[in-house]
Amino acid sequence: MKNPNGENKKIKILWLSGISCYGNIHSFFNYPHMEVFLEDFEFIYHPVLDSTFSLKEIVNETKECNILLIDGAISDDFHRADVNIKDIINRYATSVNRIVTVGTCATFGGIFKYSDFQSPRGLHFCGDELQTDFLHLRNKTISISGCPIQPEVLVNTLYEIKNQTDIKLDTFLRPKEYYAYTVHNGCTRNEYFEYKVDGHKFGELEGCLFYDHGCQAPYTAGSCNKILWNEQNSKTRSGSPCFGCTEYTFPKMSLYDTKKNMGIPQNLPLGVPKRAYLTIAGVTKAFSIQRLEKKLIDD
Amino acid sequence: MEKKVTKKEQIIQAALELFAYKGFYSTTIPDIASSLKMSVGNMYNYFKSKDILAKEIIKYISIYLGNELKKINEEQISTKEKTKKIVTMYFNIASSRPEMIDYFLRVYLSNREVFKDGCEGMACVSEFVTEIMIFFEEGVQKGELKEQDFFSAFGLFMGYLGGMVFLNGEKILPNELTYYIDDISNNIYNALKK
Repeated sequence: MKNPNGENKKIKILWLSGISCYGNIHSFFNYPHMEVFLEDFEFIYHPVLDSTFSLKEIVNETKECNILLIDGAISDDFHRADVNIKDIINRYATSVNRIVTVGTCATFGGIFKYSDFQSPRGLHFCGDELQTDFLHLRNKTISISGCPIQPEVLVNTLYEIKNQTDIKLDTFLRPKEYYAYTVHNGCTRNEYFEYKVDGHKFGELEGCLFYDHGCQAPYTAGSCNKILWNEQNSKTRSGSPCFGCTEYTFPKMSLYDTKKNMGIPQNLPLGVPKRAYLTIAGVTKAFSIQRLEKKLIDD
Repeated sequence: MEKKVTKKEQIIQAALELFAYKGFYSTTIPDIASSLKMSVGNMYNYFKSKDILAKEIIKYISIYLGNELKKINEEQISTKEKTKKIVTMYFNIASSRPEMIDYFLRVYLSNREVFKDGCEGMACVSEFVTEIMIFFEEGVQKGELKEQDFFSAFGLFMGYLGGMVFLNGEKILPNELTYYIDDISNNIYNALKK
């Protein structure tokens, strides 16, 4: 977007924090190309970054803004600068082009849906239950779930909004480009999963973390293993199970536990029938593949 | 094509009976061929070796038993009732087609060297074991069976059934197999229930 003088016109963003731990803000600060981003986007308000207006100015007057980012859960009794968060959202909702829920709390209620606030939830969902009070905003909302958000997914989506790209969304309003995959897709441990070689210790390079360590990757929508964190790594690559943080089920209880019935995982990878899974698992478990039993690097 | 499949099944059935009763090593391909009035050369058109035939037979039995188990698994009845139906089904097969269970006990379990390549682990009995797994998993999920290691439960269930069929085959049991269905079903269920 350029103004008549040919200068790049910055997209104006309001970052509004609801009930938040600021984890998404920390994560966003790890975006590796922030200088470039800030040449194209301007925060009219951000809770931590220097911005054009103060919170008081934002909540009492409607400032010009293109995109409203909502970070954190919302609640009927949560206020920012003495103004109810729902009123602030409604104040900006009609004038902005797009609303983006940043993180799992703003999308599904996340960890704060268990808090003492009055009816804490995401903008459109509480868990997987559709909420009705902001139904009229559904068509302009995009959800970037994650605890915290993957900064590249947020920034890329903001650029797609800027470029007026047609963004295809899933049923939870998440961009399919990033959420049509499961975290299992791209996991460097896939071969261990296929041949049922289980990991026994956290932090090791070898073994699958699904059977014994509660790894949620086969049923979690996300690009963690395709777009690496800090351009370096992912939970599963570094030896920690996926926590399922992009899903409405987050936070899962008994994080490192795989619920099993008579040794058989209760929840099977998305779309895999139990009979087929057991047949394949039974057969592959019989193999003894030395290459997969050994340490990859250190003996 | 269909004729060839039928012939294959006839060979499997004839070999199954001979292996089960005479033993794997005492049965030769010419024995099987002559029981079917086939030439030995023609036999090899269907199965390239006795070992391959032995593996095909165990797969055939596994699919047969797996299908019977699947029908029971898909019924909307309690785990206790399913347990009794599985015991009944197993004993009925042991009575009507004793060669099937005998083959499993006397050939498959006793001649492991024959099955070591190509039938590793559960590879040749997966249909049957999968259905047993589903029976257990659903029983635990419904809160009817207690959570425990799969093989502890599997060994208890199949060891008991196999043991009874073995005793029956040795003519040690004073009564017909069906006489024991109620007691055995209750014993298994009581041992596995929550």
